[in-house]
Amino acid sequence: MNFLTELREGLSISWSAIRANKLRSVLTTLGIIIGIVTVTLMGTAIEGLHQSFLKTISFIGADVLYVQIEDWGPHSRLEWVNMQKRRAITVEQAATLASELTAARAVAPVMTSRERIRFRKRSASNVQIVGSTEDFFLTGGVSVAAGRFFSASEAAGGRPVCVIGSLVATNLFPNESPLGERIKIDQQPFEVVGVLEKLGTFLDTSIDNQAIIPLPQLIAGFENTHNLDQIQVKVKAGADLDDARDELHSVMRKIRHLAPADADDFAINQQDQILEMVHKVTGTIATIGLFITGLSLCVGGIGIMNIMFVSVAERTREIGVRKAIGAKRRTILLQFLIEAATICLIGGLVGLGIAWPVTLLMQRFLPAALSLSTIGVALLVSLVTGVLSGIFPAWRAARMNPVDALRNE
Amino acid sequence: MSLIRLENISRRYQMGGETIHALREVSLDIQRGEYVAIMGPSGSGKSTLMNLIGCLDTPTAGRYELNGVSVSEMGDNQLAEIRNREIGFIFQTFNLLPRADALRNVELPLIYSGKPAAERRRIALEVLAGVGLADRVHHKPNEMSGGQRQRVAVARALANRPSLLLADEPTGNLDSKTGREILALFDELFQKGHTIIVVTHEEAVARNARRIIRILDGLIASDERMDGRESKVEGQKTGADGRAVPAPDGTAP
Repeated sequence: MNFLTELREGLSISWSAIRANKLRSVLTTLGIIIGIVTVTLMGTAIEGLHQSFLKTISFIGADVLYVQIEDWGPHSRLEWVNMQKRRAITVEQAATLASELTAARAVAPVMTSRERIRFRKRSASNVQIVGSTEDFFLTGGVSVAAGRFFSASEAAGGRPVCVIGSLVATNLFPNESPLGERIKIDQQPFEVVGVLEKLGTFLDTSIDNQAIIPLPQLIAGFENTHNLDQIQVKVKAGADLDDARDELHSVMRKIRHLAPADADDFAINQQDQILEMVHKVTGTIATIGLFITGLSLCVGGIGIMNIMFVSVAERTREIGVRKAIGAKRRTILLQFLIEAATICLIGGLVGLGIAWPVTLLMQRFLPAALSLSTIGVALLVSLVTGVLSGIFPAWRAARMNPVDALRNE
Repeated sequence: MSLIRLENISRRYQMGGETIHALREVSLDIQRGEYVAIMGPSGSGKSTLMNLIGCLDTPTAGRYELNGVSVSEMGDNQLAEIRNREIGFIFQTFNLLPRADALRNVELPLIYSGKPAAERRRIALEVLAGVGLADRVHHKPNEMSGGQRQRVAVARALANRPSLLLADEPTGNLDSKTGREILALFDELFQKGHTIIVVTHEEAVARNARRIIRILDGLIASDERMDGRESKVEGQKTGADGRAVPAPDGTAP
């Protein structure tokens, strides 16, 4: 008989066997349900964690290169200390870079400071003040929620204007529109021309707690240096990121007067490096988490195996009859495999039914959702568990000698 | 050509350190259309003989031809196919699947032989009607009397039109009246040309057959025909064989 008939036959047999032993089936399935619930929730949580990591670094543009003296990649403390000794990257170098790069759409020098901002009686402390040019609007991964970003002439002329982050806006202007208002950064007045869209948090600090002012204003008012934190270079649309990186690299070497034999005394960072780290971290969490929760599924599988042995023993005579009537080994094997797989699949479905509302609850903390792929994997895993735990009992049933099986009382 | 030809069939079992000779070089011919009873006390080897004839077991030595095909060297799956196609089993305890109704029980061998669903249903209904259960097709075994259950079992045995009906104590679990009904059914099937082998220890059951083979200590002790012609254990043929059936040889000690 063909495989399809065998499959259908096996399904109907196992369904009636499962229904005939309701309590037993429910208890056995419970093991699988618990296993699938834990694995699904763990998978969803890890995926949520991953998504939230990715979301927090979304302000780091994929097509933006960050020129800094330090490298983002993981490095030892000594390496870091050595990097801090490098010559600073200056405003002048940024200007030269902007004029020489061909593959860049925007080149934004960035210098930061931390200051207190006040508006009338309210104040916000430890706000990150970013000094940059109008190009930062393109490189900084920011968008304007209200008002506008400052213009090129405002940036060059150093007019005291600022664009504030959403957290600063809500802290200082809970009731009124900040646009056009004058706030005081440290002691100096700035006019708010725009408010940024909410960005979220990165490494536990809100990146919405910032204000962006023209670079000359920052230099004149707060920092008194020409040393930049970084230069952000946004690559032209359609240009190859690696080519742009190569060009940026050689231009930077020229600007910093490095001899061909000299090592770089600057670093070009990009989103990929952080992505790689995020993947590594969540990958490790996923491996450990899924392994531990997988153990509970394993316990469920052992329960299935146990009950399948009982089922085979109970139905020894039935196996004998079926064999006498013409069932082949494969038919018997398939019958019990299908039974085990059906129990596990039902367990998987019920498990998903339980896990689903819990993931909805999880969404309050994590951008987690029960994805279609998680559902698919959960069902596949329960199917595989069923087959794995069913194969040994089924094999034993299939190999039974019909004479002995028929004699069984 | 004989339907069943056993040539020097032996079957030994290992039990503990001991070898049990269940059958010792038994030779036997059964023709198509015969109605044979195999008798013997328990431990005589009659069950072993039945299992071998039914292709449930394979001999340790000797050759078994069923319908011209040598089955003594076949593997598990081939034997399953032979059982499915050539042999209809009827058991003492009926051995119906408890959760399946009569129709489904009868369909089972048809499922294993790969018949399409519509044909399965048609054949099953037909054979169930043939054993007088047309109005019981959707009853489960526990909703039927013993006699009805055994009729379902007979219908199941007939479903694939096997060459041989092999019944093991078919009336053993029935009261005498129902037992007689089943034996009457066997007689009817015999009249229609079915080959039937009944394994029993009841003389009354065996008397319904046309030939009685008695087994003792793993050997054929006697092989007699109930229509007056008898072949002695010594292998002599007595009387004319009216049905063109050569008298089988019984090997004796």
